[in-house]
Amino acid sequence: MSTTAVPPKKTNHIGLEVLHYKGGKTTLCAGCGHNAVSERIVEAFYEMGVEPWRVAKLSGIGCSSKSPAYFLNLSHGFNSVHGRAPAVSTGALLANRDLLGIVVTGDGDTASIGIGQFIHLLRRNLPLIYIIEDNGVYGLTKGQFSATSDYGAKSKGGSLNEMHKLDCCLLGIELGATLVARTFSGDKRQLLAILKAAIAHKGLSIIDVVSPCVTFNDHPGSTMSYAYMKEHDVALHELDFIPHFDDIRLELEEGEARDVTMHDGSILRVKKLGRDYDPTDKMGAIRTLHEAEDAQEVVTGILYLNTGSKNFYDTLQMTDTPLSALPESVTRPPKAALDEIMEELR
Amino acid sequence: MSTTLTSPARPDGDAAPARVVNDFSIQVATANGSGSQTSNTVLMRAIFQMGIPVSGKNMFPSNIQGLPTWFTIRASRHGWIGRKKEVDFLVAMNPETAREDCLDLEPGRVLVYDEPLKLNELRSDIVMVPVPFDKLVGPVCPEAKLRKLVKNMLYDGVVSYMLGIEMEEIRKALFKQFGPKKVKAAELNWGAAQAGYDWAKANVHVEQPYRLERMNANKDKIIIEGNTATALGCIFAGCTFVAWYPITPSSSLVESMIGYLKRLRTGPDGKGTYAVVQAEDELASIGMVIGAGWAGARAMTATAGPGVSLMSEFVGLAYYTEIPAVIVDVQRVGPSTGLPTRTMQGDILSNATLSHGDTRHPILFPCGPEECFSMAANAFDLAEQFQTPVFINTDLDLGMNNWMSNPLPYSDAPLRRGKVLSADDLERLGGFARYRDVDGDGVGYRTLPGTNHPAASYFTRGSGHNEMAQYSERPEDYVNNVDRLSRKFDSIRAAVPQPEIEVAPGARIGMVFCGTSRESCRESQEQLQREQDLPVSTLRLRAYPYTLALDEFIDNHEVVYVIDQNRDGQLFQLMRLDLTLERIQKLRGVRYYTGLPIDARSITDEILRQEAQ
Repeated sequence: MSTTAVPPKKTNHIGLEVLHYKGGKTTLCAGCGHNAVSERIVEAFYEMGVEPWRVAKLSGIGCSSKSPAYFLNLSHGFNSVHGRAPAVSTGALLANRDLLGIVVTGDGDTASIGIGQFIHLLRRNLPLIYIIEDNGVYGLTKGQFSATSDYGAKSKGGSLNEMHKLDCCLLGIELGATLVARTFSGDKRQLLAILKAAIAHKGLSIIDVVSPCVTFNDHPGSTMSYAYMKEHDVALHELDFIPHFDDIRLELEEGEARDVTMHDGSILRVKKLGRDYDPTDKMGAIRTLHEAEDAQEVVTGILYLNTGSKNFYDTLQMTDTPLSALPESVTRPPKAALDEIMEELR
Repeated sequence: MSTTLTSPARPDGDAAPARVVNDFSIQVATANGSGSQTSNTVLMRAIFQMGIPVSGKNMFPSNIQGLPTWFTIRASRHGWIGRKKEVDFLVAMNPETAREDCLDLEPGRVLVYDEPLKLNELRSDIVMVPVPFDKLVGPVCPEAKLRKLVKNMLYDGVVSYMLGIEMEEIRKALFKQFGPKKVKAAELNWGAAQAGYDWAKANVHVEQPYRLERMNANKDKIIIEGNTATALGCIFAGCTFVAWYPITPSSSLVESMIGYLKRLRTGPDGKGTYAVVQAEDELASIGMVIGAGWAGARAMTATAGPGVSLMSEFVGLAYYTEIPAVIVDVQRVGPSTGLPTRTMQGDILSNATLSHGDTRHPILFPCGPEECFSMAANAFDLAEQFQTPVFINTDLDLGMNNWMSNPLPYSDAPLRRGKVLSADDLERLGGFARYRDVDGDGVGYRTLPGTNHPAASYFTRGSGHNEMAQYSERPEDYVNNVDRLSRKFDSIRAAVPQPEIEVAPGARIGMVFCGTSRESCRESQEQLQREQDLPVSTLRLRAYPYTLALDEFIDNHEVVYVIDQNRDGQLFQLMRLDLTLERIQKLRGVRYYTGLPIDARSITDEILRQEAQ
């Protein structure tokens, strides 16, 4: 009998393999930026050791909204209606506050049909990871401009976008999101660090991922192509994420980096690149985004982070037990309570 | 000088009815926002406390202040609490409408009016009582800016004297209305009511037929708005999640719920065992309800027609993905903005088939506060048992008016949470197919997000799916799925509340109706029997889908009148979708759509007109 030892399978700190975080086979185009985002989501949840059955993944309608089917098969998924994932996820998370919610939408879903819901989601600071796979076009209906398309961008058919663009990150910072990031689907390292920070954050995370559409928006003249991003992507900083369960604590190099302690005790280490960018400075973040637009730069990284705000569960003064788990004995007042009310109405 | 008022105008001839005790209607015409709501409620409540069956209907404008409003109180020793078509005793306080209000009265009726309106110049065939309200209010209300409000309490006193309402009951009702925190305001108003009474006692000597005399018909009864009863019904049914967008006439439902939830469902830690979210619009409110229902909360929203229209796409999603949701539709007059403060059974047809594609949704039709309460529990049970949106169609008349009612019936029947698999169930079964009809009732098993088992997850999607909840565009998967949904609707048919049926011996004709039409239909039934010797059976539908009892009822009668509070006969039309041609041919429609609650006389007249043809 062979005694060759089977090499132990690689697992995360809760004993699951990366396989447990995979999703179905993608049906998106080869080279679509969205697939890279799905891959990073798998890595981030695996490396963070999140129980997949504790995750609820939701979306609206569109190419991006298909992607929850391509990661975390062991999580409940909900592909809802166009532009309405904010409402559905709000209801789901309020019903069960133990869930870790992740929404994947696109620029059409969020910035056009769903802009109303998006804006009101921002106001509530619901603990939720909200990813916008942003490619500036409607893919499923074959390449119309979306509201995040840059002014002056050229479509595949050659027409110019003459409408001003809508910046979801600026809205997020202005209206109450507490972690706001912009990144590029091609920047594996930065995207992964941001996702981990969002998992650790117990507030609303808005992650705008420039995710090129290889079929309808990857041509010369596009401002959301792989080529354009390679030239115009300006990282604000280098991000290191040190999870709370990790014992290794590296010394902070004074003046070169700043640490932010996340809600779960993890550390986000923000290392200086060209400039000294403080992600906790709201006005600075807004100014930086406006300046970048003028300079035709796409600034990426964690633009804004606020770990001190009340989240929506606090605001609503909800009980700690998930509403969905409350027993009848708690949710149904006794007969005496009704009798008392009836007496008042006599 | 005002003493000339001691001889108010008397009606010419003998048009005045003989003495009428506990069977007439009082209408008060005022301007919106003048504080008349308090004095009208006190008047109604005082009559209620005298043990006389009473109803109060507020006809108000969509406006904060200034537009005309009418409040009608009906006292009926027979217990009829539907709207009475004729006004018997009118209090005219509003200069804008006084002339028309006066001219609309039948001869012999009584008119109390604000003296400066000089209505006595208009006609002489009614009893006229001018009251110098402005002169009376000064001494009882030193603060000038409050006089407009306090003035209304004066007519409570005048009317009480004239009709025989006991002032002690006015006092009790008034202090109850103001509550323990506003004793000073109550005292000010009580002074005004007394001044009105004293003035009337000294100055009104006219003979008029209407009297209220103490009865003992209201033992144990309560007075409650339908919206409050629905709110309590939802809370006592274990509702944990509410998302809403304010809209007349449903706003008071959720506001009442918020108040009672704080009181009844705050835990020892000071935290709530519920969440109420005021959403940005009705799309968001129903979206949140669907998200919460998906995740296992008992979730509801309350709205009116315009809100339901906005919810259409989402309701189709919930139907197709099979997610429980309770939608209370307090119906108002449409289409469009319509008459937002008037009543209509306007959303029956649209709710039953809301959203694109083939859809069918159950609707419950409460007829009064007791059913608002009990049907809230029915709705949550049905929604979770059958994993589908369920409508409760009330209307403005029921929702926003004060109704005399039996106490709301507490139930401790276990909640029916439907087919939800736990981690243990999954361990035993090894897995499940979300949309497979395992039990033959069309209802699959579901799991909730967060269930700690590797086999628990499934993917919910509004796009085509197979039994395993996987994306599918295969024709056979589509047909299999929608046919199962159809079977599920048949299962619902067997589970909804059965109709209330009253068979009159020897009746050739029947009446079918739902919701708030009940009171007036039953009164019409009595009128037809008493005045025409025409026996009529009645069937009150308590739910859609219709049950077999309706077929049987139609089979047992030659002609069946379907009473609708809308122009197009929506209840009637919905029956045409379900019934056989033979049965449809027996149906006739009676349609009432003025924005006012339907009244018995209108039904009686219309049935007789059609019978004569």
